[in-house]
Amino acid sequence: MDLNDTPEQAEYRKEVRAWLDANKADAPILQGEGALTDPDEILVAHRAWQGKLAEGGLAGATWPKEYGGQGIGPVESVVISQEMQEAGVPGILDVIGVGMLGPTIIAHGTEEQKQRYLGPMLHADEIWCQMFSEPAAGSDLAAVQTRAKKNDDGTWTLNGQKVWTTNAQFAAYGLILARTNPDIPKHKGMTMFIVPMDAEGITVRGLRQISGEAEFNEVFFDDVVIDADSVVGGEENGWGVGLTTLMFERLTIGLGSSSFGYRATRFAEAIMADPVAANDHEVRHNFGELAAELEAIRWTGYRSISALQDGQIPGPEFGLAKVTTVNCAVRAGDLIADIVGPEALDEDSEWAYMISFLPGLKSAGGTEEILRNTIGERVLGLPPEPRLDKGIPFSELRAKEKEGASA
Amino acid sequence: MNLGLSDEQQFLRDAAADAFSRVKTVEAAREAIEDDSALPDMWPTAAEAGWLGLLVSEENGGAGLGAYDAMLIAQEAGKVLAGVPLLGALPASMLLDMGGSDKTEAVAAGELKASWLPACPPSSIEPRWTVEPVEGMARPDAPTATVDGDTVTFTGTVGWAPDAGEAELLVVIGVDSSGEPVAAAVEAGASGVTVDADWRYDATRRLATVTLDGASGTKLDLDAEQIARAWYLVQALIAAESVGTMETALEVCLEYAKERYTFGRAIGSYQAIKHGIVEILRRLENSKSLCIYTGFAFSDKPDEIAYAASCARSVAGAGLDFTARQQIAVHGGIGATWEHDAPLTFRRAQLNRRLVGGHGMSTDRVADELLNGRGPVVSVG
Repeated sequence: MDLNDTPEQAEYRKEVRAWLDANKADAPILQGEGALTDPDEILVAHRAWQGKLAEGGLAGATWPKEYGGQGIGPVESVVISQEMQEAGVPGILDVIGVGMLGPTIIAHGTEEQKQRYLGPMLHADEIWCQMFSEPAAGSDLAAVQTRAKKNDDGTWTLNGQKVWTTNAQFAAYGLILARTNPDIPKHKGMTMFIVPMDAEGITVRGLRQISGEAEFNEVFFDDVVIDADSVVGGEENGWGVGLTTLMFERLTIGLGSSSFGYRATRFAEAIMADPVAANDHEVRHNFGELAAELEAIRWTGYRSISALQDGQIPGPEFGLAKVTTVNCAVRAGDLIADIVGPEALDEDSEWAYMISFLPGLKSAGGTEEILRNTIGERVLGLPPEPRLDKGIPFSELRAKEKEGASA
Repeated sequence: MNLGLSDEQQFLRDAAADAFSRVKTVEAAREAIEDDSALPDMWPTAAEAGWLGLLVSEENGGAGLGAYDAMLIAQEAGKVLAGVPLLGALPASMLLDMGGSDKTEAVAAGELKASWLPACPPSSIEPRWTVEPVEGMARPDAPTATVDGDTVTFTGTVGWAPDAGEAELLVVIGVDSSGEPVAAAVEAGASGVTVDADWRYDATRRLATVTLDGASGTKLDLDAEQIARAWYLVQALIAAESVGTMETALEVCLEYAKERYTFGRAIGSYQAIKHGIVEILRRLENSKSLCIYTGFAFSDKPDEIAYAASCARSVAGAGLDFTARQQIAVHGGIGATWEHDAPLTFRRAQLNRRLVGGHGMSTDRVADELLNGRGPVVSVG
């Protein structure tokens, strides 16, 4: 049992650390003391920092060299995030673009698309957003209704609505999953497109969450015309392209986030501050239970890295880590707020923010229920629920759904 | 980073599985509930396999292996509910070896059966060494220990000690007049020792309540940290054993959920069933991760042993509890009858959660370590 780097990894870690030592003075402060507060200033500073990281080879490092990456493996990318955390500097701004959409374009895009979009994405000159989910297409993503109709000149016209779109308010481009043929079964009739976010007919509206902040957006499309060469991965191949994005999403969340910062030691500090709480049996029991589970997640992370290094795909423990993390953090928020009292719910309190953020996080990237279905079926081989949408043309399915809802 | 098993560890694990496969352990777990004599004596199995000397240093005739190796055997034992005396014998052999006992070689060779009497180290809300109560919530002080040269004389009672009923040598922990822990090897037949062998609910676990009334033994040269290590070793072993039991229950549930049909569908297709089984998997995987951490702490991070082992027992203990009930729920009424093995898992879980501090004490210890600034030191590279 060995937590140490291989000689090659140790060498790589040294390089990363040296670069960070030399450049970390340029990193913006986004959290804690002296943090920037003005959203515009944050955006400018964070963009510049991503540009710097890209120059140093620390942004998009898993991308192939020909597109500006370093061609490194997932284990080395973990080394980068560990060292950035150690140095106390923020990561890149455009995690969705560089972590998920860029790799999708690399896998499915045309050479022209790669040459045009990847460089500015990597350097944060152009921020990207992902437009997959809709009000009626979340867990059942293949139910997207945003329609793309082909015009006589080969261009496409988009109509519909997307939701949960992070960064749409300042994104230059978006990757959008739209229905191009409603007369065939739903997984088959979709196409992926690149959309310039300043196109006429696009409206971006902030979606305020419990905290009052708008970290997501709704995006509306009214007769938005996009070029013929904006299709990614071929017509009616949108589902396959989207699955690639979702695979990178799982990898990005799994390896990059280190439990979203929800660590047992962080919660311990808050409880220690109140001696009555620290000696209360019920508080200790609650805290002990959730802390032990969060500790498990740290080691689950190491197991995943160990498996990757061995050339294996990380096992089921990987997929369930998010469920554990979110539920433990929910418990921790309740526990700490119970100790502190209403003051914990002050708008400026980190606990109020966490408590407000978690109910949404529970559904982000797939609800807990969908995750449990997927793991039950794909990992444990349990039979799927019977489905009523298989093989039915999407238009017919929609008609049935409408009929069912009004009955 | 490499957290996989070494070739030697895989061999050790496979050998354990093989040894248990030669005994009808699950059948015995059932029969012994009605007939004590139906439980096979697993001391010889443990001796032949070399497990009684697993944690003993090579110069004292042992294998010189680590806690994680022992946990792999416990995991295999847990899979088939084998009544092998790991919880008493392994900590005893470890303390005898570290404490310089001249009995160590005989114990490692399986010629002398030694067992440990559980003693729990102090915490910030229970700032004294305590032992298992015979009944009730109040934890008694560890036996009083009077030290005279190499001889230690104990007075006190230790409840529900695993495997102590069959032992010829007891590793006893008491406290001296200043509250410091003292460990000694006491002959089970020595004057002043009363061993009341018994069992409850899970017939595979042989237990004993031991009363020491001026019973003397030979002092072991151990400090408080070494003595505490035995407690955490057993927490780790119970966690690993629970992992094994959960693994088997998961397999059994999966098989049934795929083949049993209601309303024209396999029951595993219903979310209520599926999600419950996935919850077993979630708790199992978390427990496995913490067992790996515990093994790592024993080999590389001694300061984190208390924390890691307590995390593992807490999560695996609650996990087994959940699993035992879920297994019955998946199987419906039949799961609550002797027609099925699920009641045996349930009996194991019910006793486990109350044994050697119960997993609740480990949960409190996790909090205690973190709230006193003794959490994990995370460093990378």
